[in-house]
Parts: sequence; C-alpha cells; structure tokens
Amino acid sequence: MALKIVKGSIDRMFDKNLQDLVRGIRNHKEDEAKYISTCIDEIKQELKQDNIAVKANAVCKLTYLQMLGYDVSWAAFNIVEVMSSSKFTYKRIGYLAASQCFHEGTDVIMLTTNQIRKDLSSPHQYDTGVALTGLSCFVTPDLARDLANDIMTLMSHTKPYIRKKAVLIMYKVFLKYPESLRPAFPRLKEKLEDPDPGVQSAAVNVICELARRNPKNYLSLAPLFFKLMTSSTNNWVLIKIIKLFGALTPLEPRLGKKLIEPLTNLIHSTSAMSLLYECVNTVIAVLISLSSGMPNHSASIQLCVQKLRILIEDSDQNLKYLGLLAMSKILKTHPKSVQSHKDLILQCLDDKDESIRLRALDLLYGMVSKKNLMEIVKKLMLHVDKAEGTTYRDELLTKIIDICSQSNYQYITNFEWYISILVELTRLEGTRHGHLIASQMLDVAIRVKAIRGFAVAQMATLLDNAHLLTGNTQRNGICEVLYAAAWICGEFSEHLEDPMQTLEAMLRPKVATLPGHIQAVYVQNAAKLFATVLRKHEGETDSHAAQETSQLLIDRLPLFVQSANLEVQERASCILQLVKYIQKLQQKKVEVAEEVTALFAGELNPVAPKAQKKVPVPEGLDLDAWINKPPSESESEDEKPKAVFAKEEPKHSRSRHTEVDEKELARRREARKREQANNPFYIKASPSSQKVYDAPGVEHIPVVQIDLSVPLKVPGMPMSDQYLKLEEERRQKEKAERKKEKKKKREKRGKERKADSGPESEEDIAPAHQVDIVTEEMPEVSSCYFGVIKPTVHWFPVQKSSKHKKKKQKKEKEEKEKKKKKRHHHHHHHSNAGGEDSVQNGTVEEEEPLPPMSNYFLLAENSYIKMVYDIQGNHQDESKVVVSVIFENKSDSFLKSMEFNVLDSLNSKLQRPEGAGAHDSLTVPFQLPPGISNEAHFVFSVQSIVMPQKLKGTLTFIVKSDESSTHEKLDFKLHFTCTSYLITTPCYLYDAYAKLLESGDLKGSSLRLEGINMPFHHLLARICFHHHFSVVERIDSCASMYSRSIQGHHVCLLVKTTVSIDAKCDEPSLLGNVLDEIKQTFSKC
Amino acid sequence: MIKAILIFNNHGKPRLIRFYQYFAEDMQQQIIRETFHLVSKRDDNVCNFLEGGSLIGGSDYKLIYRHYATLYFVFCVDSSESELGILDLIQVFVETLDKCFENVCELDLIFHMDKVHYILQEVVMGGMVLETNMNEIVAQVELQNRMEKSEVSDQ
Repeated sequence: MALKIVKGSIDRMFDKNLQDLVRGIRNHKEDEAKYISTCIDEIKQELKQDNIAVKANAVCKLTYLQMLGYDVSWAAFNIVEVMSSSKFTYKRIGYLAASQCFHEGTDVIMLTTNQIRKDLSSPHQYDTGVALTGLSCFVTPDLARDLANDIMTLMSHTKPYIRKKAVLIMYKVFLKYPESLRPAFPRLKEKLEDPDPGVQSAAVNVICELARRNPKNYLSLAPLFFKLMTSSTNNWVLIKIIKLFGALTPLEPRLGKKLIEPLTNLIHSTSAMSLLYECVNTVIAVLISLSSGMPNHSASIQLCVQKLRILIEDSDQNLKYLGLLAMSKILKTHPKSVQSHKDLILQCLDDKDESIRLRALDLLYGMVSKKNLMEIVKKLMLHVDKAEGTTYRDELLTKIIDICSQSNYQYITNFEWYISILVELTRLEGTRHGHLIASQMLDVAIRVKAIRGFAVAQMATLLDNAHLLTGNTQRNGICEVLYAAAWICGEFSEHLEDPMQTLEAMLRPKVATLPGHIQAVYVQNAAKLFATVLRKHEGETDSHAAQETSQLLIDRLPLFVQSANLEVQERASCILQLVKYIQKLQQKKVEVAEEVTALFAGELNPVAPKAQKKVPVPEGLDLDAWINKPPSESESEDEKPKAVFAKEEPKHSRSRHTEVDEKELARRREARKREQANNPFYIKASPSSQKVYDAPGVEHIPVVQIDLSVPLKVPGMPMSDQYLKLEEERRQKEKAERKKEKKKKREKRGKERKADSGPESEEDIAPAHQVDIVTEEMPEVSSCYFGVIKPTVHWFPVQKSSKHKKKKQKKEKEEKEKKKKKRHHHHHHHSNAGGEDSVQNGTVEEEEPLPPMSNYFLLAENSYIKMVYDIQGNHQDESKVVVSVIFENKSDSFLKSMEFNVLDSLNSKLQRPEGAGAHDSLTVPFQLPPGISNEAHFVFSVQSIVMPQKLKGTLTFIVKSDESSTHEKLDFKLHFTCTSYLITTPCYLYDAYAKLLESGDLKGSSLRLEGINMPFHHLLARICFHHHFSVVERIDSCASMYSRSIQGHHVCLLVKTTVSIDAKCDEPSLLGNVLDEIKQTFSKC
Repeated sequence: MIKAILIFNNHGKPRLIRFYQYFAEDMQQQIIRETFHLVSKRDDNVCNFLEGGSLIGGSDYKLIYRHYATLYFVFCVDSSESELGILDLIQVFVETLDKCFENVCELDLIFHMDKVHYILQEVVMGGMVLETNMNEIVAQVELQNRMEKSEVSDQ
C-alpha cells in the first residue's frame, strides 16, 4: 500500500500539470490538434490511476481543454470522483470542472446528490462554498428538489460568506424546483434586512430577478424596498432596487408618485453616474406610467432631460450612448422636451462611434415635425454621402425612408421634395434596399395624385439612365427601383412628355439583363406606353409615326419572348401578338388607339392595410379555435413560481388553451360578435370615417410652382435641397400673408390686440400636397362614439385631477378649429371680421386660474367600488348618447366579472349587442385590481330629449380576495339631464347668431341666479364646461352663448354680469329643463 | 443576470470562458469567435456596449466589454443589469486579478486559468453578482489559497 502511494507520487513527477500542458500547446503551434490528442491520451491514462492527486491534475487539464472547445463529457464520472475528494484542493478542481461541463443532460449528476449534501453540511466553510458555487452552475430539477432544504438551512448559516451564497443559489433552485419558493420566501425576505451588506445585496438580487419574471406578485414588497432605497448607501443595492421599481411602477402608479421625490433627491445628490442613470431611467418609467396628472411632472421631465443632456455631452462614449438610449424613452411620451435638444442629437450623427450614431438616428425618427423634416433629412443625406461601410449607410437609408413615411407621410409637406430624395437615394452603391425605395416611389405616386406628373418625369429620367444604375453588377440591389420607375411611367403615361422616348428606353436590349420580375413589368408597361403613343399620334393624324412605334415593338419584343423567365415570356408573346394585330389594322388605316387604350383603362387604387377587417368573418368560422392541438408550453415550469404568492385565480397557468371547453368557446364567440358589432371598421350602418381627414381649406392653399426648367438629366443629381429653400420661402410668405391679414383687420377694428407672433405651430404649416388617405382608417375614428363599450385596456387609475387638463384640451381644440376656420375665411374674403373678433374676445381669457372642474357625477358607491359617470352626445347620431363610467376599486380585493345593466324605459334604451335580449347585462371589459380605476363607455339610444330622465340600473361583480370570492351587487340611478343632450357647438358668426335670434322661431325664457359671487369668466367657463355651451361673443357686462342639442335644437343664452340669464330655444320644455339644471349647478357652488 | 463571461486576447484566443447557461462546446467556440469578431473591430474610443446579441439571449441581451492591453473582458448580460454597474464590476474583477497575481498580465491568465476561475467565483456566482467589494474578494481568495497550501504541506 505504502509502496503504491510512493509509486503514485513518483509517477506524478513525470505527469504534466496544467502549466506544462499550456506550455506544450504553445510550443506546438503547427500541430496543436495532434499534440492535444496525445495529451488527451495521457489524461485518459492518468484518470485510470487510483491516485486522486493524479486524477485531479488530469481533470484540471481537461477543464483547460474544454475551454479550447474539446468535449470532455466522457470524463464526467472522473470529475465526480475528484469532487468527492476529502481534500479542498481537489474538491475545488472537481467542482470547477463540473461547473464548466455538466448540464441537465449529464447522467452522472444524479450520483452527486449525497456528495453535495455532505459538502453543504461540511464544517469547513470553503467546502460548503465550493459546493454552492458549483451547484449554482449545474443544478437540475432533481438536485434542486433534494437539496432545497439543505440550502434553505444554509441561508441562516453563521458565516455571512455562506449565507450570501446560499441566498443567491436559491434563485436557481426556485427556477428548477418552483415548489420551494413558498416555504423559502419568508426567510429570503428576512435576508433583505440581514446585518451583512453582502447578504442583503444577494437577497435584493434574487428578489429583483424573481420580480422581473412576475412583477405583480412582488408589489407587496414595495414598502420594504422603499425603506431600503431610502436607507441603503450601497450603490449596487440601490441600482437593483431602482431598476426593480422601474419594473413595478407600470403596475402600480401610486408607487410611482411616491418614488418621484426620493429619486429626484438621489439624482441631485449622487455622484455615481451608474446610479444617476438608473434613477433617471426609473423616473422616466414612472412618468410614462403616470402619463398625466402629476403636478410637478414637467419639472421632473425637465430634470431628466437636463441630466441626460449632461450625459450626452460627456466625453465618455458610454455615458453618451446611455444618455441617448434614455432620451429615446422620454421621446415616446414627451417629444417636446426632447425636440428642444435637436442640435445635440444631430451632433451625435457625427460621432465616430456607430452605436451612438444609430441611437441618434432612432431619436431623430421621433423628433421630426413638419417644420424640421426637410432640414433633418438634408443632414441625413449629407451623412449618407459621407458614410463608410454599407451597413451604416443602409441603416441611414432605411431611417430616412422611415422618417419620411411615418404615420402616413404626416410630416411631408412637399412630395416633389420627397420624390427627389428617393431619386437621390438611388445613387447609393451596393445598397440592399432598392425594393424599399421602389415601394415608396410606387406608394407616393399612387396616393398623391398631384405629384404624378412630377413623379413620372423623374421616373422617365431614371429609366433613360438605367444603365447608370445597373452598369455595375455590385449595385444589383438598386435595380429594384426600375421596377417602380417602369410601372409609374406606364400606369401614368398620360403625364409623360415624350412617351416615345421612354418606350424606347424600356425596350433597350440591356433590359434583358435585369431580373425577371423587373423585365416583366417593363414589358407590360411598354404595352401601356404603346397605347399612349398610339393615341397621341392618332390625334395628329400621323399614321407613319404610329406605325413606326408598332414596328419598334415588333422588333424589340422577340428578345423578351425568348426570356428564360416564364412571366416575361408569357407577357412578351401576348403583347407581341397584340401589336402584330394592331399593325395589320394600322395598315388598313383603322383607328385603333381608343380600343388599345381601353385595355388599360381604369384606375388602380391603393388598398387600405386594414381592408381585410371589412370582410366579415363567415358565420360559424372561429378564427381563434385551434386547428391542431397547441404545442405544449415548455416554459410552464418557469411560470409556476410566479403563482406561488399570487392572490390570483388559476387562470394564470399557461396551458389553458388546451382546456377550453365548449362553454368557453361559445362565450368567446359571443364576445367576438359583440366586439365586431362595436368595431367601427366593420361594415355596418355607421356614418363614420370619411370625414376625418378633410382638412378644411386645403384646396385653397397655394401650391408652389416648381420651376422645372432644370430637369434631372442624371438620376440622382442632388436637387432636393432646392425644396428646402422653397419650402422655407413658402412658409415665410404664408406667414407674412397671415400677418398682413391680421394687421389689416387690426387696423380696421382700430382696436389693439396682442400680436400673435409666437413661433409657428404645427397646424400652421399647410401641406403642399395631400396624401390620399381616404382608404386608410384613422385610429381616431374608433373613439367612444361608436362602440357600446370601448375596451380601455390600461389599468392606470383615471386621474381625478385631470379634468382641468381636459378642459384645456377642449379649449385648445376650439382654438384650433377657429384657426382653421379663419384661414378658410381668408380665402373666401368674407367680410365677417367683426364677428370673428368678437369670438376672439369671447374666449375665456386666463384672467384668473380656474378651479378644477369635473363633469363626472357620482353614480353609486359602496365599500368595494365607486362609480362616477358623464353623459355626452355626439354629432353623428341624433338619437344616441354615450355614458362614460369610471369604475374605481376601493377595496383590497380583486374585482372581476363586472356586469352592467339598466332597466330600459320607453324613451331611453341601453344599446346591447345584436342578439342580446332586452334585459341582458353588458360585461364590463376589464377587471379591477385593488385601488385601480378604469373607464367604460355605454351607448344609449334616446327618442325625446326635451325632458330629463332617470334610469335604474345594477352593477353586479365578483369580489375576489385571498380566501374567498363573493358576488356583490350595487344599484344606481343614471340621470340623463337635458344638458347631456347638448353638444358644444361653436358658433363663430355673430351675424348668423343674431339672425337666429331675430328669426322669431325661438321661444324665450329667463333665469336669475342668486348668491353667485364668482368672477364672470368663471361663471361663463362653468356654463361652457358643465352645460356644453360655447361663448359667441362677450362684451363687457354680458355674453352670448350658444349650444345645440343632438337633435338640432338651438339654445341661446344671454348671460349678464348681474347674473341673470335670458335664454331662447326652439323647444321651450328643453330650455326650461336646461335652465333648471344650470340653476342647480350654481346652487351647488 | 449575467449570461456569459468571456476573456480573450487581441487575436481571439480564449483565456477564460464561463457560461451560465449550457451551450455545447462547438457552440461555445462559435460564440467566442463571433463575439471576438464584433468586439475586435471596435475602436478603443467608442462606447463599451454592443446590442443585438444574436449569439446568446436575443434582444434583451447586451455585450458589455472592456479592453485592457492585450485582453478583452466581455460580459453578456440582460436588461436587469445596469450597464455602468457591469463596467464597474469588470474593473473590480480586473483590479482583483491585479492584486492576486501582483501586476497581472496575459501570461498569468494563460498559465493559471484555474486560479482566475476561483477568483471569478468569488465575484459572480451562477450568473448573479456575488460580491463587489474588492477587499472582501481578495480576502476570501487568499484564505482558500492558504488552505490549499496547508493541504500540500500536509502530504
């Protein structure tokens, strides 16, 4: 025995150790693989020996070889042997090797359970430590299950070194064996307040990772984290917590409000950039989740933007990069704040670092406006020229197109400019995005009718110079634009100046080298051009030229008939035969042009991307039903730990798809039908979407005449710049004109008014061309007017204080409308300046800030839920009003399955989905977590609107708390006031108003308000706000106001500072009721 | 979470690899090659973050690296880690190496890969940051080294 040991150690002296192996490999650079294979043979020999030291040495070398890419899993058993050594030195080698190459598929792992357990409970802390470290890398579900208890005990070990490792590894255990989370969690929570900072940090780490997977379940820990955040000084811990808060705050906006202050303090106080950055990030997340209603909201945004600016200006590229990254988050919700730093962002485009340039590009995308689009794109074009490396240049190209085309070309005011940009972009060498440019050209040419003439001219030049694009084989990506060019020239050939020349260009032999699909378009459009040429010549009675054209086609087309591409071949032979036939007719002097043209008659219209939605789903076809069984969710085990703390119903489990029963299916089908009924994009009797985009007065806006005496001779001669200049001039001119008009008026009135010399607003910039968007559905249409219920998805509580803002918005809207109107009038040269000015006078000027007002009245309330409501009519339908109800969960429980029902009267009825019975209730399309509010809209049909009315109703809902769920009911009375049938209808023409009053159709009535002591403008504002009136004119001591009912009744008020109201309306009972309601409003003040 | 830690030299030769998620050896090598390809073509004066880790993880992952003389230290992390925090961590790790090896250079890492691993194990465990205090890390490493020495002298 002794001899054996001695022999072993002598052998060892001749063994290579790790250093020898490394040295050997370095000395065998030429035949490294061969050398390593001999080494592996040696290692195999060494592993066969009994001596653990030899084995350990061999395993250590294997770990090194594993790094070089050699599979060492064959030695897994030897690794386990080394792990079980009683010596720390060898054990550590064993565990290291195991952590590098063991995984869930390693079968020997199951042999290690007892060994690891023994090591975990070892009296030596480093044995335990090494085992924990190793285990963290190769823990399997089995190991996690078997060792969870042992590790949990270690979380309370006396040594902090072991405690922190045990805490950290628990995360891995939870992942592999979710059942362990519940029993271990209390202890884990305890460790958040461990005296040792390392252990505390580890606990924060683990909980943050858990919370990232399922934030909802960890909301309850927020107070504890909040305490840690305000007390801890460890930046690592702070960063983790602040990041965690960033993930939690979207779920609980109240948390966000609390966070703002301490975070702001940290931003001001910390010197650590990493902490500063994370604070800014979380403040941004908070502000996004609050979205409105924060009092010092803009101050926080300002602070963030300001700090980010410092980061971006820093010479450290990392800070610059992160600053831009965070800036783009702000951009989404507060574009204005970022836009003011445009200079800085544009500077970043010059940065040497590509990642920074790309970030800056992303930002620019969100920063463009009508005003700065041309300028920004010009800068980008300069960068395109300078850019080295195709990737970045391609990125620039796609960004330019993205920027210009975003939201339906919203920011483009001059499409000639855009076409020129696209043409310039075709010069790019080796770009992959030819098809992108092509599709833009097609899109613009089709949708912007006014641009076609210009586009066709440009495209003809492109075709003429096609050899420049295709000459270099490297440029094959760009030849896609020829597809667009050929199609545009063919389709809109009536705009071509010289169709013959273009036709000739399209039939050049070189075309045959283009890709097949482009040739096909060439051939097809050559035929269209042919038709145009024929028609042109027939008008001139010049049969010779027409015959020449036919001959040209007959000469050139055979080349395409021989094409290898079937599509080209087919089209070419078809058209060739056609032309031959035409030629025969021509020789007989038959007029053929009209008939040939008829072949291509009819306009091709764009199809809206959402057009498919207009096709109703056939009865009985369930698009949501699985055709095959859904794949099983492999992640479900990851999912499970989330539910452990949940106060949530079991619907959480992902596998629910498979368990859908018939009833559920039926319910879904029903829900979908209801949704379809509410979906404004479904074809049904809705007087809807068209009106949205008739921007008033567009046709009167002078379109700049572009001097085309310098046509593009070479495609891509930079000329888009001229548009920038022209556009500026145009705006200058318009602005000047506007000013002039204003001045004129001012002089006329002889009254001094504040000059509106503020910066040009977005609305003031009139587009030179209009995109044809009739076929595009605009999202605004889907507003509450159409649906019975508009599902509002967000769980953010409706801010009570936001009413003030709402009012402001309303005012802004009015003002906007006024502006539009005004422009309109300018062009018509109406002599109604007086009336207009009185409107200006009548707007509620901000003499004193108005107290916040709300139109929402309490509907009903109990200990679980509070409902407030508001009723609004709309212009579209004279027999419908929309009731908006805000549901607020006041309890600590989850409210779900809310059903809203109203007992209809003869006059007013709740609109239910088709097929539902007259007494069926409507499901409220959301659930309410504790403390959350949300709004739902219900449409009612009304017949007579002259009397107020009350409808009884009930809300039923299920209260779900940890242990139980109960069914609750809340009765309410909906009060349809006459006011709710009035719609704020601005009346701009005092003349018309006066005429209306004089007409004698209106019956009068009057009212005195007692005990009112508020400023007159407040009084007016209240009437406007609560009773949907607008001010027509205000002269010192009195004001005329106007409103209209949904059924078109005119209601006119003359309000005097003596607080008496004279009123006229064509429906006396309606007027009486409205006046009563006004009286009531003011009796409450 | 940290998904992987790679150290390689200016020629892409790996000096230490530590994956916290299983990849087969050939995949590991491919990741090293591609990461090297991405990182090595970047100037030293550009930022230390790289996005679009198509290699591991996907869009949520970033490569955060530092370049010291002949070596690149690359951490692949997800969005729960603070970018600047990880940069600091790399610095802590390198300074710890410097203390433990006394003026560390590439050769130390080449010949003592195991020791580098042991040091790293005291900084990051199972993909999570274990300790950021350099003195604490160095103390634990030295205590374990002492234990190893005492075992050698036992023989």
